[in-house]
Amino acid sequence: MKSVELIIDNTTVSVPEGTTIMQAAETLGVKIPRLCYHPDLSLEGACRVCIVEVEGVENFLPSCATAVRDGMKIKTNSPQIREARRDLVELILDNHPKECQTCERDANCELQDLAYAMGVRERLFEGKRKDHPKESSSTSVIRDANKCILCRRCVRVCSEVQGIHNLSQLHRGFDTVVAPAHEGAMADSVCIACGQCINVCPVAAFMEKNSTEDVWAALADPKKHVVVQIAPSIRAAIGEGFGLPVGTPATGQTVTALRRLGFDQIFDTNFGADLTILEEANEFLMRVEKGEKLPMLTSCSPGWIKFMEHFYPEMIPHASSCKSPMSMLSALIKTYYAEKQAMDPDDIYVVAVMPCVAKKFEIQRPEHMMDNGMPYTDAVLTTRELIWMVKAYGIDFANLPEGDFDTPLGFSSGAADIFGTTGGVMEAALRTAVETLTGETLEKIDFEVVRGVTGIKEASLEVDGKTINIAVSNGLNNAKILLDKVKSGEKQYHLIELMACPGGCIGGGGQPYPPQDYHVLDPEVLKMRARALYDIDKAKTVRRSHQNPYIQRLYKEYLGRAGSEKAHELLHTTYEAREPRGIK
Amino acid sequence: MASITSAYGALLEKALKEYDESGAARKVIIQVGSATCEITAGADRVRAEFDKLIIASGRDDILLKQVGCTGRCAREPVVGVFVPGQIPAKYEQVTEEKVHSIFQSHILKGQPVTELILDKKSNRLYDHLVTICSSSQCCGDKGSALEARLLKAIEAQGVPSESVGIMHSGCMGLCDSASDPDQRVMMVFPEKVIYRFKTDAELAEIVTSQLKENTILTKYVTHTDRVLEEFFKQYGDVSFFNRQTRLTLRNSGLIDPESLTDYMLKDGYKALPWILKEKTPEWVIEEVTRSGLRGRGGGGFPTGVKWKNTTLNDDPIRYVVCNADEGDPGAFMDRSALEGDPFTIIEGMTLGGYAVGAHKGFIYVRAEYPLAIERLENAIEVTRENHLLGKNILNSGFDFDLEIRLGAGAFVCGEETALLHSIEGKRGQPRIRPPYPSQSGLWGHPTMINNVETWANIAAILLFGADWYARFGTEQSKGTKVFALAGKVKNTGLVEVPMGTSLREIIFDIGGGLEEGRTLKSVQTGGPSGGCIPASKVDTPVDYEHLKALGSIMGSGGMIVLDDEDCMVATARFFVEFTQSESCGKCVPCREGTLRMLEILDKITMGQAELADLDRLERLARLVKHTSLCGLGQSAPNPVLSALENFREEFEAHITERRCPAHKCRQLLQYSVDADKCVGCTLCARRCPVSCISGERRGVHVIDADKCIKCGECFNACKFGAVLQK
Amino acid sequence: METVTTHSLPPDIVEFIEACKQQEHSDSYLIAVLHRIQGQFGWLSEDHMNEVAQRLQVPSATVSGVATFYHFFRLKPRGKHAVSVCLGTACFVKGADRVLSAFESELGISLGETTQDGLFSIEVSRCIGVCALAPVVTINEKTYSRVTPTQVPEMIRAEAEKG
Repeated sequence: MKSVELIIDNTTVSVPEGTTIMQAAETLGVKIPRLCYHPDLSLEGACRVCIVEVEGVENFLPSCATAVRDGMKIKTNSPQIREARRDLVELILDNHPKECQTCERDANCELQDLAYAMGVRERLFEGKRKDHPKESSSTSVIRDANKCILCRRCVRVCSEVQGIHNLSQLHRGFDTVVAPAHEGAMADSVCIACGQCINVCPVAAFMEKNSTEDVWAALADPKKHVVVQIAPSIRAAIGEGFGLPVGTPATGQTVTALRRLGFDQIFDTNFGADLTILEEANEFLMRVEKGEKLPMLTSCSPGWIKFMEHFYPEMIPHASSCKSPMSMLSALIKTYYAEKQAMDPDDIYVVAVMPCVAKKFEIQRPEHMMDNGMPYTDAVLTTRELIWMVKAYGIDFANLPEGDFDTPLGFSSGAADIFGTTGGVMEAALRTAVETLTGETLEKIDFEVVRGVTGIKEASLEVDGKTINIAVSNGLNNAKILLDKVKSGEKQYHLIELMACPGGCIGGGGQPYPPQDYHVLDPEVLKMRARALYDIDKAKTVRRSHQNPYIQRLYKEYLGRAGSEKAHELLHTTYEAREPRGIK
Repeated sequence: MASITSAYGALLEKALKEYDESGAARKVIIQVGSATCEITAGADRVRAEFDKLIIASGRDDILLKQVGCTGRCAREPVVGVFVPGQIPAKYEQVTEEKVHSIFQSHILKGQPVTELILDKKSNRLYDHLVTICSSSQCCGDKGSALEARLLKAIEAQGVPSESVGIMHSGCMGLCDSASDPDQRVMMVFPEKVIYRFKTDAELAEIVTSQLKENTILTKYVTHTDRVLEEFFKQYGDVSFFNRQTRLTLRNSGLIDPESLTDYMLKDGYKALPWILKEKTPEWVIEEVTRSGLRGRGGGGFPTGVKWKNTTLNDDPIRYVVCNADEGDPGAFMDRSALEGDPFTIIEGMTLGGYAVGAHKGFIYVRAEYPLAIERLENAIEVTRENHLLGKNILNSGFDFDLEIRLGAGAFVCGEETALLHSIEGKRGQPRIRPPYPSQSGLWGHPTMINNVETWANIAAILLFGADWYARFGTEQSKGTKVFALAGKVKNTGLVEVPMGTSLREIIFDIGGGLEEGRTLKSVQTGGPSGGCIPASKVDTPVDYEHLKALGSIMGSGGMIVLDDEDCMVATARFFVEFTQSESCGKCVPCREGTLRMLEILDKITMGQAELADLDRLERLARLVKHTSLCGLGQSAPNPVLSALENFREEFEAHITERRCPAHKCRQLLQYSVDADKCVGCTLCARRCPVSCISGERRGVHVIDADKCIKCGECFNACKFGAVLQK
Repeated sequence: METVTTHSLPPDIVEFIEACKQQEHSDSYLIAVLHRIQGQFGWLSEDHMNEVAQRLQVPSATVSGVATFYHFFRLKPRGKHAVSVCLGTACFVKGADRVLSAFESELGISLGETTQDGLFSIEVSRCIGVCALAPVVTINEKTYSRVTPTQVPEMIRAEAEKG
């Protein structure tokens, strides 16, 4: 490629043609201040914070959007630029609540960091401030438009990555507000509660509905037997919240931290994952045998499920009827475990730590209630909420000794760990389904074809003389692409794994905000988190769900066989078409 | 298969036949304006009344015709009466009642109703009217010298002086005789002939033959540009018009905007078949480039370069777009052009499509312009029916079609990337450029956007040639520019002048100056994106570079005249309020910064500001100008920055003295009644819209300051000077 | 499976949308469809917009974003007598702001509001092109020219009498 030579702040740099000024400056180790810019989303160019002075050009140019030219002379920090940047940040700040000390994102806020770095120490232009009500109808996502700085990252992620198009800027000028149609309630919208808007928000305009108070209260209630389960992807990400390097597995510290917090039993959603594989593999093999309702679509991701109900209700028959691993485990806790402990299930309080805010929606679905109307899962905490609780308690997470899950519902195979990354459910299912179908033990159980954080992966496998076509997607825009191919008949798959969030659960809407030097949805972060899960899997001796001895015992003692009536009662569910209908 | 020539020939023949059958050449023609403004002023009722009278009279030699707007806003509705052999008469502010007297007297008896004549100069119509060129650019004071010579000749030849009127006009486009500086031209009405001569002997010959004996002296007759001549023949007798140079608006007010025939008879659709047959797209682009035409939407980018850029990338799908989203509050030239001559836009766009290889075009019009939309729809339909649009135009093999897309009330959609988003059915928010629309526009394809006025010049440039066009205007800014002249000037309306004409000529010679007793304070050009030019700069020639140097812009052509009763702070505030409410909300400086500017201006106009606020205002204005994403934001501070530069003392008076020197800022005004002068006539109380003035008849009245909305009605009403305004 | 679950649009508009669907870039006709609806109903209701979303297959939030962006579109019914004060430059220079104040004060509502009885609403326009007659006010279809604040109470009375 042709290279271009230019001068940035008196230093000559040579970069490939097409490079932006922002990227060129990065080669000098200069990270030009920025706000609305996001490398994986479309270019917005709206905040103007990343402006630079280009010799010969009267106005300042946004470095995120301006390509370098040969001989360009650029100043990134002239007095004029410094003043303009400061003033721009003040203008944003002047229309933002002065609530930093009481804000959930205090000390973890891009605007705050920027205001500090730009030296906004006084207010020169203050005046009218926007005044919108806080919208908290959703089980999962709270929208606080007063904090919104209109960078449109949420709008972009909701449409470009997730294909939901639930958010738009409404009105215009100073009255602009980001909201669902008609500024309606999130609860009545096509929001699938994936929480990616929360992830990309530089401030606290989108936040998960906080459940920590409920959990503190349960922990303090002597009458409650408080049981917690953690999702596979938590262990790969939680360390980031305590300064551990990205991709540090922290299963043992998490278990210990949960014990310190006072949970009575610490189970692993992984157990539910192993169980899911058995139920799902059974369901899949039956469908293949009968040749009906194919492709089968996985059902672990509540964001994906809600998406299907709004956008592709015609695909409902194709979805696996299996509950998610979390809901399977919660159901067992309040039945199998309660019976074993001779406890009233109403005295058990089940907390699930999830990478996901859609789980907060899932637990309130009527299908996930007990006959008496009580939920199987009482509270969902996101990874972020758990991090905060651990910090609030004063636990020194990074230096905790490693603890072990409780049995029987805390033991899992390596197949369960990889549920936390895109392709993991597929790989786990293949390990079991292929062995079941062939009756032989696989020599190599690493299905590399379904690994990696690419949006869509496809493969065809020869199993027992049959060709099985599989596909894996993450990010719902990719789900749309796959489903449309299925609907048009262009592709004939047998099994499709669908995850709502980019990278799967490791990129979930409830995961920690990225540490310095990384950005949200950063593929590098996703890869490192995934690597942590594959490493955990690899280190285990039991790596196939059907070889989990506690699962085997569960069937023997309680469920009978996969797909039994009891299993259906507890472990399977139904879906319904939802209003408002999404626009594909 | 028929050739292009025969296809066009057949169309022209049809038009000529239609004209012939109408008998227009022999009949009395009554022209009534039919643009939105004229209809609002009552033109429809006037036309209906004429129609009734014509039918009742049983005459079949009277033709009632609708034409577009001539731009004479303050005097609308304007009616033209053309009796063969008579000086054309233009009547102003015609009402249904006046229709009767015009019809009875002028049409039926041949006696013009002189007291109703537009810009009436005398109480009678002359037998002959002679217009001589006084354009500052070519003839200048040679005009007055010629007048003297003419008067002498008239006297010498024994022509009754009261039978001849003499007028000075702007450039008639005859001055290509620069090689012979002694040549003179004049146009004589009602014969509508133009004489070219040099010596006094020649002049005497003409006077004798033409003015005395009523015989056209053909050996001195000359012809000017057909473009200009047509307009002069019909309107050259009115000084408001004859000082203008009508290229863009050449047909407005002359043709029935719904008649393709009318358009064709004025050389319409002459360029298209010729070019399709004989010329390459490259030639068209070259010709437009050579003409020196620059974008009339405000930026002044060379049109030919933009066209060329659209062809640089090899994407086979390309579009052309007409930006008819005229959003400047107080500018309406595009509306007038669309309503008065829609066919020329369509012909221009078809030629543009041919030049850049586009087969589809969009006209983006404001929804607030229903009549313009209707006229465009009609014109598109008629041209389609006549194979001037659609597949295989005039058997040339070239396909091109047009679609109208409506705006919905967003000033920012005049910005080209916002406009494209709006055509795509999205929120009209601009995006970062590059890529420019010529590289990646509608749906990612190269798109060539020009505004109405630019398009309106294309057919004429291509038909009469780049050299012809380049004769008008200045070195850097070629051609003419249409302005919407408004504010404190006598003749408000549309004015088309060559680039380089001075503000003074526009305001005083064409606009008739200010009302008695008022003095010029400032001229605001370019609307919300422009600046306030102080009266001291009124001799500045109007072109892109000069206006920019004064901190203003050409813009789309709004020109507001402000006098000593206008407050510059309030004016700056008005424009900032406008851009603030029209900000799309995308980028921080425009969304947040314009509000903060408005807040400071509010404080100033309310007398609550301190001097430091001026520094803040200036700092914000610079920030918004230098960092906004699009042209709307970048130019939004211009009214403030230029007002601060030229009228800083007015801002300071508001701050330090809590006083509005122009008595315009209401919060700084206080009304009270001087008890010594009040006679208790109750007039002020009756005029008060909020009933805040009390008092017995013959008793002293009192104004309740809390309820007063400071509208000033009482102050204006009081005949005894008893209401005080402070 | 039924994709259109709201039914509030009249057949001619449904037909128009169907025709738009046949065109290339059918979503680009959104603004045209909204114009049609407002032309018929005087404003855009949420039901209307939701049905447009489903029929034209444009996300509801996008429809809502477009409808609220353009000032021409009304999201609530206007008063029976819609007062529109022109605030174009020519009208402003000739005192339109004072006329607007007089309307606000006389009707007891602010710009953009409708009286409780639904009879009057006040909006502003930006130049209706009758600059020579400034300041101008339109009430529904009728244009009043060279309006002074004093005339306002009488104008309102006259309109109200029309019922």
